[in-house]
Amino acid sequence: MARRSSATLNRILQAIPVLIGVVVISFILTRALPGDPAVQFAGAAATPESIEEVRRSLGLDKPLPEQFLIYVGDLVQGDLGQSVSTGRPVATELASRLPASLELTLSALILSCLIAVPLGVLAATRPGTWIDQLCRILVTAGVSLPTFFTGIVLIYVFYYLLGIAPSPLGRLDFIYLDPPRITGFFLIDAAIAGDLETWFGALKQLVLPATTLALFTLAPIARMTRAAMLSALAADYVRTARAAGLGPGMVLYGYAFRNALLPVVTTLGMVFSFVLGANVLVEKVFAWPGIGSYAVEALVVSDYAAVQGFVLAMALLFVILNLLIDLSYSLIDPRFGTSSK
Amino acid sequence: MSDTTLPPTVAERKTGSGALAHTIYVLRENPVTALSFAMFAFFIGSAVLGPALVPYDPLQTNAANALQAPSWSHWFGTDNLGRDVFSRVIVATRLDLIISVSAVALSFVIGSVLGAVAGYRGGWLDVVLNRFLDTIMAFPLFVLAMGIVAALGNSISNIILATAIINIPFYARLVRAEVNIRREAGFTLAAKLAGNSDTRVLAFHIFPNALPPMMVQVSLNLGWAILNAAGLSFIGLGVRPPTPEWGIMVAEGANFIVSGEWWLALFPGLWLMLAVFTFNLMGDGLRDIVDPRRRT
Repeated sequence: MARRSSATLNRILQAIPVLIGVVVISFILTRALPGDPAVQFAGAAATPESIEEVRRSLGLDKPLPEQFLIYVGDLVQGDLGQSVSTGRPVATELASRLPASLELTLSALILSCLIAVPLGVLAATRPGTWIDQLCRILVTAGVSLPTFFTGIVLIYVFYYLLGIAPSPLGRLDFIYLDPPRITGFFLIDAAIAGDLETWFGALKQLVLPATTLALFTLAPIARMTRAAMLSALAADYVRTARAAGLGPGMVLYGYAFRNALLPVVTTLGMVFSFVLGANVLVEKVFAWPGIGSYAVEALVVSDYAAVQGFVLAMALLFVILNLLIDLSYSLIDPRFGTSSK
Repeated sequence: MSDTTLPPTVAERKTGSGALAHTIYVLRENPVTALSFAMFAFFIGSAVLGPALVPYDPLQTNAANALQAPSWSHWFGTDNLGRDVFSRVIVATRLDLIISVSAVALSFVIGSVLGAVAGYRGGWLDVVLNRFLDTIMAFPLFVLAMGIVAALGNSISNIILATAIINIPFYARLVRAEVNIRREAGFTLAAKLAGNSDTRVLAFHIFPNALPPMMVQVSLNLGWAILNAAGLSFIGLGVRPPTPEWGIMVAEGANFIVSGEWWLALFPGLWLMLAVFTFNLMGDGLRDIVDPRRRT
């Protein structure tokens, strides 16, 4: 047990150099690139005086190492600078919009895992059947679909043609009031408030964007599940388990699936990278008020601090998610921490 | 890749017709791969000849003929300014392919050099490179590309650069692994003993062994690079209207989808999808040809 917790601690410590790297790269992106950062931070409608003022207030007249220290100091205090277009601190803005993005991303991931994992298992246990073919087609088509295009097609079919989806504008139709903010997740907040009507309203808005994202992430998860299941089913321990007379259900889920889960969980790390990027596009298509559409709006008006704050926030989120994935290994894999290097 | 067999170049030299026969065999066995090669030829054809062949000027507006549904005179309909969607989709092929091919070429070259040197030299250089690649991979890649374009300035060349940077880790890691396992191989030592310089051994004796898996990576990456670049232009980075480009055409067409004018967004999106699909299928097919054991 001690070994296990020290391995966990070790993994958490490994995240630190990555975090430092992320901060250095975002510092380079904000300060050290060719071009005058003061001009970019001051925004599109800046006068020479205001540019000078920005230069002084950001400390851009100081040498680079000192600027880096100031930058890190600000970050530690949660200061990502001021947005030029809204005049509010970028960190506050991102924090207030983050739940919307997380709600969308997580429901999409849950949805795609619910479909992709069983599909991959079925395809692996029945190779050559129509389920296997379906899996293959989905996998190849899924990685070729541009998310923004899928979203638009879904809007056309379900909103315009069939009229069963609500208009693709944000998290809640204007006839409903936002549920009292507790977690920022509308589905959870509405459930806590016991407001069934709002809950359904929020769910209806969520279905299309979440499906769009889920279609995108389906392919890598299904592909990995199928491959991992195939190699697990061919392994010696499965043959032994069968020879020992265990039932097919026990062999499949108790032995093969548990082992196949490990590479699938590893793939989730890569899937997160895709999903956080695709999230930006889906949020734009569905006018979803998350941090992605905040960044897109900021890009349009050259709101530099907001974009860079967004990039850093996404990277931090991604590092944390990867850490969580690796830590969940310790729950799935009983060997975790026992194999010393 | 942990293959310890003879390097493919040697194998090919011995059985020159064998490789060709194998290629023909794979193409016959797997018609999808043949189809993907045909589609690739079609896209290349559109890129090279398209602007000369399209029936209308892709930039010419005609307010009297706006938002027409697809018909015989306008196969893909016309957009809100009366421009012919078919001509725009075909003409856009060149720009989209240029962006993705140059981005992939850039990351191929930079990734190969970094990976080859790190894999050959090892030591601190290797450690530093790995840390650097880990840091790039610590960002969600599309988001990093957004950040790079925002920092460097909003232009097509910066889109190419950003797409290249986020793809470098894939190539560098692949080459590093391939070079590393052959660093001490017999043919490497023989080449050194024969008096070749380190650079020469690395460039002409070791590196060519990494090429087959690299080709597969290139093909898969091309599709990804197109998606990435189209995504960036979809959110308003890089390509500016009225330049025809698939991502921006989908973005413009999206405004009309809720009122039922589907052809504005559908056709550029479909072309984009087909292009990515082609490159992905071709990557799978190339893998079958290059390395039959890795077939899934």
